[in-house]
Amino acid sequence: MAERYSSFAPGGTAWLLQRITAAFLVVVLAFHFFLLHFVNHAADVTFAGTQARMENVGYFLTMVLFLIAGTFHGVNGVYNALINQGLEGTQKKVVLAVLVIASVGLIAQGIWVAIEMAGW
Amino acid sequence: MSQSYNRGLIEDFGRWKEFSAGMWAWIFHKFTGWMLIGYLFTHIAVLSSALTGPEAYTNTIQGLESLFIIRVLEVGLLAVAVFHILNGLRLLMVDLGVGLEAQDKSFYASLILTGIIAVASVPTFMDGVTI
Ligand code: HEM
Ligand code: HEM
Repeated sequence: MAERYSSFAPGGTAWLLQRITAAFLVVVLAFHFFLLHFVNHAADVTFAGTQARMENVGYFLTMVLFLIAGTFHGVNGVYNALINQGLEGTQKKVVLAVLVIASVGLIAQGIWVAIEMAGW
Repeated sequence: MSQSYNRGLIEDFGRWKEFSAGMWAWIFHKFTGWMLIGYLFTHIAVLSSALTGPEAYTNTIQGLESLFIIRVLEVGLLAVAVFHILNGLRLLMVDLGVGLEAQDKSFYASLILTGIIAVASVPTFMDGVTI
């Protein structure tokens, strides 16, 4: 008998998107840690070093996609966990609104920062 | 494929002594997921020092990295992220119906691998910092 514990209703849109973003995040998150801890030491990060990476359009786009995918995956995860715990009605709508605003804010801020880092 | 069965109210954490491996995996996955999204918000806030100017950014990051406690937290973050990634991969396999008979084993494997990777990264993460 297969055990299956999940906060998500299997086969739904939220479930599918959670899995697609996860597959993408595996790659970029591992890349991110590797780059900023082993290739470049985190303690040696300077603005100039960050700029040199961010100026590269491919790197810039990867980081922005990472930001968007990470935010979606994380917030979607939190939202589904709450629904799984029985969140419904008005509360559910309010939570969704708050989470959407927080996500859009985080992504906007992150893109602004990334543009500033690239020096564009 | 997975079949449904009465799992009782698993959200009742008071029953933790009865939890199976899959249940623990689920709890750890939640916990690490929430840590990561919390970190992401903090991360962007710290990186936002770039908006004040190059010096502010460099000073903020180097100032933080010179703190012993930050390095300890970073090792913790790495462990959290590695577990979430490995167990996440395991969940993707489970959903695809691959390796269902090895679910418990792959959970223990995720835990052990996380431990090894976290310990192995300590020298790199702690480089050049003292209490
Ligand atoms: C302690 C480990 C980490 C360190 C030292 C670190 C460091 C950095 C640095 C220095 C940058 C600026 C870009 C660059 O210099 O190339 C950056 C960007 C970024 N990091 Fe991390 N990071 C860490 C962990 C994480 C984790 C766990 C996540 C995901 C939850 C993450 C998500 C991001 C994102 C999305 C960006 C792009 C920001 C933007 O577009 O404004 N980082 N990170
Ligand atoms: C790096 C690769 C990653 C993989 C393979 C992965 C995989 C997964 C999967 C499969 C789920 C669904 C679990 C379920 O069915 O209940 C999930 C949930 C979640 N993930 Fe990730 N994830 C990754 C990265 C991240 C990142 C970067 C964040 C934060 C920014 C994050 C935050 C979460 C949260 C909050 C949940 C919901 C947990 C809950 O049920 O309470 N994950 N992850």
